[in-house]
Amino acid sequence: MVDLKSNFLGIESPNPFWLASAPPTDKEVNVVRAFEAGWGGVVWKTLGEDPHIVNVNGPRYGAVYSSDRTLMGLNNIELITDRPLQTNLDEITRVKRNWPDRAVVVSLMVPCEEKNWSTILKKVEDTGADGVELNFGCPHGMSERGMGAAVGQVPEYIEMVAQWCKQHTKLPVIVKLTPNITDIRFPARAAKSGGADAVSLINTISSIVSVNLDTMSPEPSIDGWGSHGGYCGPAVKPIALNMVAEIARDEETRGLPISGIGGVTTWRDAAEFLALGAGNIQVCTAAMTYGFRIIEELTTGLAGWMESSGYNSIDDVIGRAVPNVKDWQELNLNYIAKAKIDQDLCIQCGRCHVVCEDTSHQAITAKVNGTRHFEVIDEECVGCNLCVSVCPVDNCITMEAMTEGTDPRTQQPISPEYANWTTHPNNPYGSGG
Amino acid sequence: MANHRLQSLSEELHPPLTQHEASVESDRCYFCFDAPCITACPTGIDIPLFIRQIKADNPTGAAKTIFDENILGGMCARVCPTETLCEQACVRNTQEEKPVRIGELQRFATDTLMDANTQPYEREASTGKTVAVVGAGPAGLSCAHRLALQGHAVTIFEAHSKPGGLNEFGIAAYKTVDNFAQREVNYVLSIGGIDVEYEKPLGPSLSLDDLKNQFDAVFLGMGLGNTNTLDVPGHDVGGVHDAVEFIAQLRQADNPQSLDVGNDVVVIGGGMTAIDAAVQSKLLGADDVTVVYRRDQDSMNASPFEQQVAQTHGVLLKTHWQPSQIIANNGKVAGVEFEKTAVQNGTLQGTGEKRVFTCDRVLLAIGQQFEANDTLNGLDLENRRIKVDENGRTSDAKIWAGGDCVAGGDDLTVSAVQAGKVAALSIHTQLSA
Repeated sequence: MVDLKSNFLGIESPNPFWLASAPPTDKEVNVVRAFEAGWGGVVWKTLGEDPHIVNVNGPRYGAVYSSDRTLMGLNNIELITDRPLQTNLDEITRVKRNWPDRAVVVSLMVPCEEKNWSTILKKVEDTGADGVELNFGCPHGMSERGMGAAVGQVPEYIEMVAQWCKQHTKLPVIVKLTPNITDIRFPARAAKSGGADAVSLINTISSIVSVNLDTMSPEPSIDGWGSHGGYCGPAVKPIALNMVAEIARDEETRGLPISGIGGVTTWRDAAEFLALGAGNIQVCTAAMTYGFRIIEELTTGLAGWMESSGYNSIDDVIGRAVPNVKDWQELNLNYIAKAKIDQDLCIQCGRCHVVCEDTSHQAITAKVNGTRHFEVIDEECVGCNLCVSVCPVDNCITMEAMTEGTDPRTQQPISPEYANWTTHPNNPYGSGG
Repeated sequence: MANHRLQSLSEELHPPLTQHEASVESDRCYFCFDAPCITACPTGIDIPLFIRQIKADNPTGAAKTIFDENILGGMCARVCPTETLCEQACVRNTQEEKPVRIGELQRFATDTLMDANTQPYEREASTGKTVAVVGAGPAGLSCAHRLALQGHAVTIFEAHSKPGGLNEFGIAAYKTVDNFAQREVNYVLSIGGIDVEYEKPLGPSLSLDDLKNQFDAVFLGMGLGNTNTLDVPGHDVGGVHDAVEFIAQLRQADNPQSLDVGNDVVVIGGGMTAIDAAVQSKLLGADDVTVVYRRDQDSMNASPFEQQVAQTHGVLLKTHWQPSQIIANNGKVAGVEFEKTAVQNGTLQGTGEKRVFTCDRVLLAIGQQFEANDTLNGLDLENRRIKVDENGRTSDAKIWAGGDCVAGGDDLTVSAVQAGKVAALSIHTQLSA
């Protein structure tokens, strides 16, 4: 029997799905609706110091759509909570008291002075919340004031603030990381060495979502001007997955709990984050696109997959794929795959041919014996997977591994041995030359 | 009742796509390599490109792509049997039996540009050459537009008092509402350089020799003058009408709902005209309308879609019956006697079984024929129509021809447009030499 119960840093929740710190968790009314819908927990929208910040009074969001206006990516220029601190603290207290089985973690962002952090931490502790998340991620607005991503982009600051927080609270401390850096491992290492109990990532990506070509204003437009915002939603998932995996497999941070965030829309997205080392999942854009009821799909989908795959608990899934994430130089260069087109499924669109011909390896026919026919030329196919990527038909083109014989392209025998770049004769720094 | 009828007449089979519908539908196009739909289009419109332009929010660019090959792309979007042309070739048929709605997308694009009332073309500098075009139907207009574009001065001689040919006189009203045929002609003529002289048929006052003497080249696109007559006893009694004439009368009527369309109508024939006449009769208030065709339903020239339109409008289709006599009562038609047919030894034959369908009106839609008379100056004929080569050249070096009046045509608007275009290119080459 599958159990979706989650225990992240000792914080228990009935499922691993938390709403990320964002508009959906800004007020009691929203959070209660989320808990009624079945969400496992929330990270309350980031609290700051009084006087509370103000938001723009025009559009805060910009979107990237598919042709059917499916939301592919969302960008926002909203800041942290714009309500008085005490209002939030009172609501957090009430919510946690009324929903003891749900996780309530509080996101925080105050100026980089120890006093500021110790003061707000005390107030949060008094609410009965389960933990804190340090918002070192927001790339817009607050970063201009030396907070958010401005901290997250300097590992030394991360370490320093994490240390203060661990000194001043007994609550678990999660450091939320910004992806707007060159190598995610450095801020993660800093969080760990500062004593943080976990990292959560990714926060949003600095972005301009579009330009209005009539007014020449970036969108969302505030009186004809725009400012970069934070990008999130399905479009950012691959970036987030990689960053989660990098931290999960880094020698210095291996074992550091990770709360996975970034474009999770379906149970499958969530399972992928878990497999790459996330200990739980935070969701925002999907809820902001469809409402809280998506939790039903997330939980039933994840449980159904776990059941059919023989996983009993979330812990069984966490990190399953991490050992398979490698540096490029470790990949087996003796693995030979060729594309294969299922002629019964092929609808003759010819996209595989034209992209291979124009942009790759000239390895797919357009005509055979004078008639339209798309077939892989094994002598030319490097197994790149572009044809699979562009084919509009499920399973029509597959990559087939060669296990014996000779690679028709290189005329080299297929070797069952593992061999990688480090030992390749062409590698000037390798051991094989 | 009258109001209801009028509304039905002006209703369209397909309401135009909205911007969003066009966006979603355009996204279904796979932008195929060497796209089968282009090959299937008699005018060779670059369909994947124009659909991609719609998808990229460039419908006017899409319209130019269409007009580059087919200046009557607006009408063709309405009347082409797309299900047997471009849409039949769409690879989505193989995948899901649901082609991209190319015709409706074409209409979306062309409507956008025509509503903006701008020509995407500028005429070349005047060549000083002159061309006479006989007939302001699809072939003549297509030829004239292309020649005008290339800087030649064109004069169209039209037998009717109105341009458009069968687009104006021969197509059911519900396919071309809002006076579209005339709007399209005006749009085509707005390129400039084309004069139209009305009520100028070839004949005693306008001979081919005159045209050859006054112009550098002549294009004949006068269509088919005559309709076939039914050679059975009683064919000339009252209440027996020609379906083409009925549609022309209807299209030109100020108050179509005031026309006497009969209560009990038998339409004899199996082509588009039969369907158009039957559906129009039904829409105008006839109680019972039956299309009677001598072969099986698959052999009907009307496409399956057209047949379906008839059936969903309450028209009864009866097959394997050929007329043997018209039965009159006091000089007025009272019924038609049909003989059952069957294919025996590969030929269609009467079986001797007879049956009378009572009716008070008969519409004959048994095809048109070309009236080859001495106005043609002895041009070579083939199958009783004008003989032309692949460039539309007749046996006279100064005369080209295209559309329904030439041999080998398929009686489609789109094919006439192509013939006019091909002839114009050939004329241009000759005049430029």
